[in-house]
Amino acid sequence: MQIIDRRLNQKNKSTVNRQRFIRRFRSQIKKAIADRIIKRGITDVDKSESISIPSKDIHEPTFRHGTSGKRNRVFPGNKDFVVGDKIPRPTRQGGKADKRASDSGEGEDEFLFELSSDEYMNILFDDLELPNLKKNKLKKLINYKNVRSGFNTDGTPSNIDITRSLKGSLARRIAIQLPLKRKLKELQKQLNTLDTKMKPDNLVREHKKQLLDEIEQLTLRIKRIPYIDSFDLRYKNFTKLPQPTTNAVMFCLMDVSGSMDQQTKEIAKRFYILLYMFLKRSYKDVEVVYIRHHTQAKEVDEEEFFYSQETGGTIVSSALILMQSIIQERYNPDDWNIYAAQASDGDNWDNDSIKCHQILSSDILPSVRYFTYVEITEREPQKLWKEYLSLVDKFDNIALKKITEPSDIYPVFREFFQKQSISTKLSLFNETGGR
Amino acid sequence: MTKPISTTADWTYELIDEYYKVIETIAADFGLDTYPNQLELISAEQMLDAYASVGMPIGYNHWSFGKHFIHNEQSYRRGRMGLAYEIVINSNPCIAYLMEENSMMMQALVIAHACFGHNSFFKGNYLFKTWTDAEAIIDYLVFAKNHIADCEQAQGVDEVESVLDSCHALMNYGVDRYKRPYPISMREEKQRQKDREIYLQSQVNELWNTIPDKVRSDEDSTIRFPTEPQENILYFIEKNAPVMSPWKREIVRIVRKIGQYFYPQRQTQVMNEGWACFWHYTILNELYDRGYTTEGFMIEFLQSHTNVVVQPDYDSPYYNGINPYALGFNMMIDIRRICENPTAEDKEWFPELAGTPWQESLTFAMQNFKDESFIAQYLSPKVMRDFKLFSLHDDASSNELDITSIHNKAGYQEIRHNLSQQYNISMSEPNIEVFDVDIRGDRSMTIRHKPTNNINLGETTAEVMRHLHKLWGFPVKLISEDTKGEQYELCRCPLEECEEEDD
Repeated sequence: MQIIDRRLNQKNKSTVNRQRFIRRFRSQIKKAIADRIIKRGITDVDKSESISIPSKDIHEPTFRHGTSGKRNRVFPGNKDFVVGDKIPRPTRQGGKADKRASDSGEGEDEFLFELSSDEYMNILFDDLELPNLKKNKLKKLINYKNVRSGFNTDGTPSNIDITRSLKGSLARRIAIQLPLKRKLKELQKQLNTLDTKMKPDNLVREHKKQLLDEIEQLTLRIKRIPYIDSFDLRYKNFTKLPQPTTNAVMFCLMDVSGSMDQQTKEIAKRFYILLYMFLKRSYKDVEVVYIRHHTQAKEVDEEEFFYSQETGGTIVSSALILMQSIIQERYNPDDWNIYAAQASDGDNWDNDSIKCHQILSSDILPSVRYFTYVEITEREPQKLWKEYLSLVDKFDNIALKKITEPSDIYPVFREFFQKQSISTKLSLFNETGGR
Repeated sequence: MTKPISTTADWTYELIDEYYKVIETIAADFGLDTYPNQLELISAEQMLDAYASVGMPIGYNHWSFGKHFIHNEQSYRRGRMGLAYEIVINSNPCIAYLMEENSMMMQALVIAHACFGHNSFFKGNYLFKTWTDAEAIIDYLVFAKNHIADCEQAQGVDEVESVLDSCHALMNYGVDRYKRPYPISMREEKQRQKDREIYLQSQVNELWNTIPDKVRSDEDSTIRFPTEPQENILYFIEKNAPVMSPWKREIVRIVRKIGQYFYPQRQTQVMNEGWACFWHYTILNELYDRGYTTEGFMIEFLQSHTNVVVQPDYDSPYYNGINPYALGFNMMIDIRRICENPTAEDKEWFPELAGTPWQESLTFAMQNFKDESFIAQYLSPKVMRDFKLFSLHDDASSNELDITSIHNKAGYQEIRHNLSQQYNISMSEPNIEVFDVDIRGDRSMTIRHKPTNNINLGETTAEVMRHLHKLWGFPVKLISEDTKGEQYELCRCPLEECEEEDD
């Protein structure tokens, strides 16, 4: 007999099979995710998600018996049956299957399982990518961070490295002193021989005086070697390392005027959720700014954003102006990746649409990474749509789409953020232009 | 008086070793013949992993295992399912998994149950001896895993997955039920695999190689191929599919062989578990009698043991069919009782068993039966009374169920017969065979279903037919033959016959 401790072996032997499972049922899982997305709050990204997909899709078929025909069955636990008793057929193979299903609150025809938040995100944002990431990379996405990189002979006094500098000074002093000291030693030796051996006469005295002078000069020279010299100084050197910013801010702009009903807002909410989760996957911190507007714009919290009703007319530019001022105040475009998503039913004061166009083209679009506009309506496009559409030609970081029902959201979102190639961009343009 | 080996619930390697030695001695005293043992300590997560691969220590990758894994993991996390205490693998040496969460008592129980109960069953039972080769199974599984991984590399995961799907659908029809199979062997497989590939490719296929004769005699067309109906559908496909690349044939073979490896287990569940429970019960009691364990140990043991061998009544919310542990254990205990203390009734029912040495008789029963025949042979009136068994007749065309017999003198025989039939694999699985291949024409394959008791085929049949079509590569047809010998078509794939098959 031998005992083997396998506890330290690799644990996740089934991971591959689990991934195979998810891979195979990707389309069903995607569908389930699309159904559940509305139930998540915008910022609940890190949660794992329970997903259920129909059991009939995942069963493995075999040849098996159907329900017809005759059969004899044996059961345990007879209470009071006697031969010849007839009992009514229990519904569905003896009530126990039903009971179990209802106890757990989970039907037999659903296969329920949990996706980790990573798996969830991966499936949700399959084939999507951040818009314009490549193009503006150097210009905007970069933040610099100072990092130490060795030592320099030049710099500001605050960066002096004392140990290094003193080491240098010591070395310099030793190096400069050495030949002088050697000479001094020599002279001293000569002086000594003069003192002991020679008879003191004028010549000797002359010589001795000469020696003493030289010794004095040498000693002075040695003394004059500076303890520290600017040559010794070493400064800590820093270089700037480019670092992509991990901060992103997402502006949610929504029209809450009387024409926007709750259902329309729900549709918009889904869109915001998707955008948030998508950004969250690429940036470390994502802040959300909610701006609602009718004739005036106001910054609000999530609850108020979605669930309070206002009446009145619509001036879209008010929201854009507020957004612009918030950007100036709090989110410097050099430090923040700014995204904006606007949802509206397309209503606007006619004169205001032109103003919107101006604000967008002069202020907002140059400073944001991407601006998306969804119009949730079944009507013909109005002035606002047309104004925005004219921006698509000039800027490549604006996209607009029309949504009529909840099921449109996900496809539209995908279209916005699809891995961009010229062809998709073109088709997006053609389609929007054609409406 | 011997000192108890342990008094606390915590286990250590030394204690496991000590218990193992004592249990080994006791098992030898009872005359159990086993393979050498290998104990592997694993964590609960690893137990879940082991579950998912249906107990195979090494398995190829397939989504269906992932499905089982996810399912088990969910049930376990929500506390709806406890983990099995042990998993044991029919190999030589016999591998038993011990979970680290188990108490010392549980470890001892598992050692007795798996390392000596199941192990001796694997070594002794005729089905296992005939159908599986404990020496080679691990090697074969490694071979299978590598082959399938290689295929995935060469053909792409999707391609391989779809072949495996099709094979899995027919896995239960990959066994020769009436023929003795060749044991699986890794060495032969490796040697022969290459030859087989070359051979099969060159032969594709003698059946179809025949140059069309201008003069085709009428006699020819009356000769049926295969001459006898073939029950082993996967084998038939592997050998005769007209166009199939060698790697696919090899996968068909792998699934077939693994199906064969599990075939005895499907047929001996009651006996296998009953035998193992009987021995853990007997050995642990002996352990106590010899003074190796404390009362506390025994009470903990009896509690787990009772939980395992409990049989809920048919109307209980916990009822989930007849518990093979309960039925098997009680029958084994009953055989011992009949041998040792037969009543007048036993003498009448089991004249050749009553009064014989129980160890020999029990070993004989373990070696030479499968569930179906074991119940037909050994289910005694006492066990039927204890279980309060009753038999009912279920005719789908009627709204009522007839109680046909209960546990009384008039009913014993019928109950025993019906219960035995319930464990008959050919009753629980539809009888389907390869009936005909149109070798002169469109190469379509006809399989035949012979219903028993008018039981039709289930809903998934059409899907299985699609898989069969995928493997065979040419049209497939399912016919049904009733008791009068009349045949009618049930299903075909593809649905439109007129479409030209390009070969």
